[in-house]
Amino acid sequence: MPAKYHIHTQETPPRFKALIRSGVIAWEEGCLKCAVCVKKQCVYKVYDQRNLDGRQMLDSIDTLCKDCYRCVQGCPARLINKAVNPEYLQIGDDLFTPEIITKTWNQAATGKIPVSGAGYGGKFSGKGFDAMWTDMSEIVRPTRDGIHGREYISTGVDLGRKDMYLKAGKNGEMKLPTYPSVRIEHPVLLQVPSFGAIRKPFLLGLAAAARQLLTQAIIPAAVIDRDFRPHLAHVVPSLEPNIGLDEKMLSKVSMVEIADHPKVMHQVAKIKKKSSKVAVIVKVPLNKKSPARCLELVQTGAEVIHLAGNDDGRENTPKNARYIKDAIADVHQKLVENNLRDTVSLITSGGIALAEHVAKGIICGSDAIVADLALLVAVECRVCRGCKQGLPCPVCIEDVTADWTTHRMVNLLGAWHNQLLEISGAMGIRDIRRMRGERGRAMFFEELEKMVFAGLGKPAAK
Amino acid sequence: MNAPTKAFDPSQVKEAPSRFRTALGKYRVSRSAKCIVCGLCVDVCPLGVNEKIGGRITSPRDYKCLGPKCPTACFKQCPVQAITVRTDPTFETMGDYRWTGDMLVSTYYMCETGRVPQNGLEYRTGASDGGFDKLRLIFPKDPGHVSPDEVDTSIELNRTGDGRPQIDIPFPVYGGGMSFGSVSIRAIVGRMKAATALNSFCCTGEGGYPDDLIPYDDHVITQVATGLFGVREETIQRVRIVEFKYAQGAKPGLGGHLLGDKVTPAVAKMREAVVGSALFSPFPFHSVYSVEDHKKHIDWIKATNSKALVSVKVSTPTDVDMVAVGSYFAGAHIIHLDGSYGGTGAAPDIAKKNIAMPIEYAVPMVHRFLVAEGIRDKITLIASGGIRTPHDLIKIVALGADGIVTGTADMVAMECVRCHNCESGRGCARGIATTDTGLVELMESDWVAQRLINMYQAWRAEVQRILAKMGLKSIRQLVGRTEFLAHLDYLPDHVDGEIEY
Repeated sequence: MPAKYHIHTQETPPRFKALIRSGVIAWEEGCLKCAVCVKKQCVYKVYDQRNLDGRQMLDSIDTLCKDCYRCVQGCPARLINKAVNPEYLQIGDDLFTPEIITKTWNQAATGKIPVSGAGYGGKFSGKGFDAMWTDMSEIVRPTRDGIHGREYISTGVDLGRKDMYLKAGKNGEMKLPTYPSVRIEHPVLLQVPSFGAIRKPFLLGLAAAARQLLTQAIIPAAVIDRDFRPHLAHVVPSLEPNIGLDEKMLSKVSMVEIADHPKVMHQVAKIKKKSSKVAVIVKVPLNKKSPARCLELVQTGAEVIHLAGNDDGRENTPKNARYIKDAIADVHQKLVENNLRDTVSLITSGGIALAEHVAKGIICGSDAIVADLALLVAVECRVCRGCKQGLPCPVCIEDVTADWTTHRMVNLLGAWHNQLLEISGAMGIRDIRRMRGERGRAMFFEELEKMVFAGLGKPAAK
Repeated sequence: MNAPTKAFDPSQVKEAPSRFRTALGKYRVSRSAKCIVCGLCVDVCPLGVNEKIGGRITSPRDYKCLGPKCPTACFKQCPVQAITVRTDPTFETMGDYRWTGDMLVSTYYMCETGRVPQNGLEYRTGASDGGFDKLRLIFPKDPGHVSPDEVDTSIELNRTGDGRPQIDIPFPVYGGGMSFGSVSIRAIVGRMKAATALNSFCCTGEGGYPDDLIPYDDHVITQVATGLFGVREETIQRVRIVEFKYAQGAKPGLGGHLLGDKVTPAVAKMREAVVGSALFSPFPFHSVYSVEDHKKHIDWIKATNSKALVSVKVSTPTDVDMVAVGSYFAGAHIIHLDGSYGGTGAAPDIAKKNIAMPIEYAVPMVHRFLVAEGIRDKITLIASGGIRTPHDLIKIVALGADGIVTGTADMVAMECVRCHNCESGRGCARGIATTDTGLVELMESDWVAQRLINMYQAWRAEVQRILAKMGLKSIRQLVGRTEFLAHLDYLPDHVDGEIEY
């Protein structure tokens, strides 16, 4: 039996103090100098540890405060107040909200999953993946206890082409499949984000993270040099149409990615001719045309298809872009209907921000998921996109070291892995491959709303 | 035993102000140095916001202030314009989408006074943009005359006709399980005292049955959960209702986890465990993998206590309707659905947000299925998981529940601010969800009980007011009556009545 997959996380502190939602405003003027000040009674000893970070001009009482309001309510002169931090509200965008960004930072620092007390405080539902809930098992179906290690839940996926049935030779001997198969133990591939103050140490850190996590890192072929050599078995060089790859590198990597173009399968054939051990990913923009295009590709022998959505978690199309959850489902369904789904592996990228997006993307029909921007957030990106306009990075991502980057990414993906186990365990799924396309084990906002709320306000049928 | 008692007699309401020096509220009244201490502001305010102490005036109760829209505004009448009234910046940091700042401080107000707030606070709905928060009530044009006082809010907990006791509760709410360990003994005893005063029930959760609860035995529901912590024959025999917890809405499909810090000597003794060592409650019951196993479970309780009713608490998977029917045929009296947005002492955020469906979907699914199976009137359907206000109660009953279980609302009654840090360090800094000997001192059980009595009195008056306006004489007539509800996203073309926005 192969060794159980385990991710070794390690505490990796941030370079900058995290932004928090609300700060403490404590006035000195009018202080009554009470014998026992409420600040002395702070349960979390926030005021006792008070210090000022000179570089960021941040007072530690803001970052350490846990919002219990005891001092606010206790000060007889009412000199202590809380106020919303406007800087916090400004970070991120619609998808990478301030809450998601700060939680990602925490996971990258600790490797621990976000846990909190009290019930969920968020919105009822939302867009994209927020419009679905995952199933759990109750009474008549066993759950799986993955988190506490009592049962092993496999998250490994084999990427590559597979035959739908076994083939026999003339003499009845078994013809074994000749396709290469690439095993990733975490159903998340890493990819270089579309923006960011990215320098070589970041890329090396990314490649090393993929190696540690036993997954693959998709990196533009042009930037891969000899320094990547130790990690090449976990690096997927990504090629523009009709660009070749030198044979030396080809012999070291397990996969290559090519952007889709009309004659892409010729290019795939060329690469396969040079090295039959390499699995080739065809990267297809995810949009309404992708079901038909993917069918074509699969019929002509595609091994792995990368459905590339946009950073905003939507289709790659200028108008009426749907969320990737629906677009993935269409591709999956098309291949199922043509009885070809099991011959190919689908991987999907586009605005993957949370562990739950991995599970939900797989439930919608993807074999594995590709993370990119989340990896930049792991190294403290605030998603301000200033770098796109040539502005300096507020958190100096250009200065990160490779090791630190690796630890942060491994921590984040380690936390995601544990969260994936929570979702799988609750569903009673012991192998992530069984989750693929299991839309019946999820609940969808649109369907439930129609079923439950659409008929309200009308007299009951007698 | 179940004759109407004095529960919900208005005389039960007694002022129970905040435990802390300054109560949290929406508005802040400040007074500049220009104040000439004329005392006019004290006289014009009917709510007693301002107070004259010695040679100066203070605003110790500005949480009661009606804000800038006040009809007898002190700040307008002040001869020297010394008073300003504005939203307290602290207020803007309070709450979340489900429990907004408005909802928190209006719940505090109800707990202090026994009445719903009149100062324009939105006490009925939150800002979660879906479910309860997008449902509105429809009041018929011609409801007929029903006086709020004559509206019956009681429900039956045993409708099976199996010869076990009939138990009625005067208001369709009882307290959800919160274990000793996850909350302080004072919080538990306070809740039990309130349940006794209101002739209702409150559940022990999975932490065992502390001896302090023996005086309230008749109003205790003891929980049998997967860890079987503190479950003994005599605890099963003491009570009138036993609850099987199969799953919890906040962490469906996942086991319980009491962090080592909270396993104090007292907790460890109760749970027959080791001090300081984290306690895991497994998921699921490893002795139950079918409805037949489930029946065996229920039979075990029924054999141990021949008079007890059995409640089955489950979460909300895709096939929740099948689970409910199975529970009925296994012999349960109460099926308790705990929706996915329910409370917890600690749970992974991914579970709270994503696993299982909200209660607003599950209740109508189950209700309709039980009706179709012809057994709806043989079982009591109880809902929980994100029910925060009397309006939520009305909505979930109209969607098909008989009654509800509360948890978070009780915590808020004890002045929880929903900081979500129940699990960290010494536990709750406000002395509710903690077993830390110092922090526990922050709260008295009598105060807890009074706050809860006040809150449920306010809820009941509101429920009676609403039902009377609907022309219903009993809350039992509201069950499954979706014609009294409208959803803002799917308003029907024609509404036979008036929608309350």
